[in-house]
Amino acid sequence: MKARVTVTLKTGVLDPQGKAIEGALKSLGIDGVDSVRQGKVFDIELAGADKAAAEATLQAACEKLLANTVIENYRVEITG
Amino acid sequence: MKSAVVVFPGSNRDGDIIRAIRAGTGHEPVKVWHADTELPAGTDLVVLPGGFSYGDYLRCGAIAGRANIMDAVRAHAARGGLVLGVCNGFQILVESGLLPGVLMRNSQLKFVCKMQHLRVERADTPFTNRYTTGQVIEVAIAHGEGNYIADEETVHQLEAEGRVAFRYCDADGQIGSRTNPNGSFNDIAGIYSSGFNVLGMMPHPENLIDPLVGGTDGLALFQSLVSGKPLAA
Repeated sequence: MKARVTVTLKTGVLDPQGKAIEGALKSLGIDGVDSVRQGKVFDIELAGADKAAAEATLQAACEKLLANTVIENYRVEITG
Repeated sequence: MKSAVVVFPGSNRDGDIIRAIRAGTGHEPVKVWHADTELPAGTDLVVLPGGFSYGDYLRCGAIAGRANIMDAVRAHAARGGLVLGVCNGFQILVESGLLPGVLMRNSQLKFVCKMQHLRVERADTPFTNRYTTGQVIEVAIAHGEGNYIADEETVHQLEAEGRVAFRYCDADGQIGSRTNPNGSFNDIAGIYSSGFNVLGMMPHPENLIDPLVGGTDGLALFQSLVSGKPLAA
């Protein structure tokens, strides 16, 4: 089973890297960009075929390591 | 006093910390490997040194904060034992939940490596009793992720309980954005746990213990540890 975990900064948390990327896009002449927030994507392969068990495993992985829930949100998708 | 310096893959300030403890306390610390599950019996002080544990992968300090030895460090702190985390050690302390908040990328996106003045916010803790309250010291900073943030409630609590250990300032002790090297909230350079037995700080006092290398303002922190006693609540 395959899954994708997306970790993003919570609203209101300053993201200096996102700001720098936003500035770089503007300097490249790419118009129409209001703001950029940078996050992380984890593509994970799981043993077993039970979707509920996989979701529980991924939630534990996010809470314990992949996300720092003080500043980050995470989203889990089973992709195949 | 008995000190243990935890070494993670990628730690690189353990040697400096050991020299500073030796110089400040007169006692020889022991190194403890991150995969160990116990601290040496009778340990009074645990130090998490600076460096780039696990190459700063995922988030600085994230993987080290979940290493085997950290359960023993948490138990040691819960017993009132002293814990000092410097630079990457501070990042490990916040990632492990021993201190609140997060250390974000510096607001200017640059790794800063320079001398920096700090204001000692209180001199009645196990880490600062050889300083005076309000004293301005000059030590080194070297980090890319030292921008301390926490939610409003946590910051309010830290300030109300007097748990800010050091603030970035100028040579006269004035704080303000001009002297803040990384965007850290309220110019915070280091914080204590609620029991004042855990200190995390971004600057490197261990580098300033010998006049040969630019100053001795960091030595008093290690001399303070000799008393070894947590602050009475």
